[in-house]
Amino acid sequence: MPEYFSILISEVFKILILLVPVLVSVAMIVWLDRRVWAFVQKRRGPNVVGPFGLLQSLADALKYIFKEIIIPATSNKVIFILAPIITMTLALISWAVIPFSENFVLADINVGILYLFAVSSLGVYGIIMGGWASNSKYPFLGAIRSAAQMVSYEVSIGIIIINVLLCVGSLNLTDIVMAQKELWYIIPLFPMFVIFFISALAETNRPPFDLPEAEAELVAGYQTEYSGMMYAMFWLGEYANILLMCAMGSILFLGGWLPPIDVFPFNVIPSPLWLIFKIILLFVLFALVKAIVPRYRYDQLMRLGWKVFLPLSLTWVVLTAGYLMYFDLLPGK
Amino acid sequence: MIAHAIVFYIFSFIAIISAIMVTVSRNTVHSVFFLILDFISISCLFIMIGAEFLGMIMLIVYVGAVAVLFLFVVMMLNVAQQKNEWFNASESSSHIPVGLLVSLVIFFELIIVIGGWKYKPEVLDSISLNVDTNITNTQSLGNVIYTDYIHLFQLSGMILLVAMIGAIVLTFRQRSGVKRQSYIRQISRERNEGVELVDVETNKGVKIDA
Repeated sequence: MPEYFSILISEVFKILILLVPVLVSVAMIVWLDRRVWAFVQKRRGPNVVGPFGLLQSLADALKYIFKEIIIPATSNKVIFILAPIITMTLALISWAVIPFSENFVLADINVGILYLFAVSSLGVYGIIMGGWASNSKYPFLGAIRSAAQMVSYEVSIGIIIINVLLCVGSLNLTDIVMAQKELWYIIPLFPMFVIFFISALAETNRPPFDLPEAEAELVAGYQTEYSGMMYAMFWLGEYANILLMCAMGSILFLGGWLPPIDVFPFNVIPSPLWLIFKIILLFVLFALVKAIVPRYRYDQLMRLGWKVFLPLSLTWVVLTAGYLMYFDLLPGK
Repeated sequence: MIAHAIVFYIFSFIAIISAIMVTVSRNTVHSVFFLILDFISISCLFIMIGAEFLGMIMLIVYVGAVAVLFLFVVMMLNVAQQKNEWFNASESSSHIPVGLLVSLVIFFELIIVIGGWKYKPEVLDSISLNVDTNITNTQSLGNVIYTDYIHLFQLSGMILLVAMIGAIVLTFRQRSGVKRQSYIRQISRERNEGVELVDVETNKGVKIDA
């Protein structure tokens, strides 16, 4: 029994080492999001609490903790409470497979990319459960919308992942990064990177695709009935998911922890820092899009997903496979 | 091995309990949630026996897509009341023999398959493939699906396609009087077609053609 116990302790320790920075960076990224948003619109943004307003998220969290949690009398209580917990848990468990350097990964599993894809496709349940259990019109409409939206955009994300996998020949995330040692996949697969980025916006319900919580039509969508810490958990989960999508984008297309060129000033910077730098870069892009682009109409959203992205990414699969086959570049031979 | 067994029994216990709850619970939406829990614990069992690809695909396809659509339909239909009527109606007993028959057939099939596996090891020889344990199961699955079984694989794809087209044909209806947005027409519109200046004569009005 003692060896199980020591394994347990060491694993819990590793998980904490990974999760605490993730949670802190989620708080920081909310601040960054609001700052970028404000700068684009020529405002100041949160700048009062702490230096540059860095502690704003902490103050917000404190506010949420001391607010009362109100559970509507007609709601389905178990599912109502379960929904934010599921959102938060799913957003955090996917970090288990993200490799920060060649050896620094919690679980180096064979089907890493499938695991990421599966967990992100489960993310829709938090929203549906929250929307349905609230037993109210606006949350329900928001939940139905988001279910359709997330399922639609998952399809194109899946096909984009197939594109990358064709070039790599492995489902392991470390292998995917190592295959980009010569050339990051953003260069040969640039159109796929653009589609991935836009689909990731839709998958995480970010503007311009934030229809599940479109405040002009649906008050706050599936979050309408939530208050206090339960609302904050939805919110944290959402931002953790956005960070995860950025991490996925940088692993699939931007070479993960690898430096852009393997020469002196670049290769002395430790590899986890490179991954973090790429995640922040992608996140700033996410924040810029939020500030610049107006919200889509729902039928436009569906058209974009099914009639534009799906055919485009399918065609690109055929092109990639044909190219690799013709020039005999298929991996794993 | 003990930890392995404990985890196995936890997952199978959850799987069986939630499978029972799918049929027992009166609220249809709860049934679907229990079905999802069942899918998840089954995929965990898949992963435990080393079939990580099947487990993940199970999560992606069944939990991530199929069950979402189930939930979608069940929530929209508001079946909770209908189900109670069906339950209380006298003709509901006529469903029981058929259901019993189907479940018995499935039960005996499972017994034959699993019993054969367990007590007659030579059944395993009838599998024509020799499984290479050195490569990952994603790779070994890919090796046979796209080579030896390509026709069966394509055929099952065709069946799914036919089912999909059938569903679309059944539900598709062209509604008249709906104004659709045509992006090409919007973009190719020019200034001189957009605005027209007309001298309106008194008491005559203007004729507008749509």
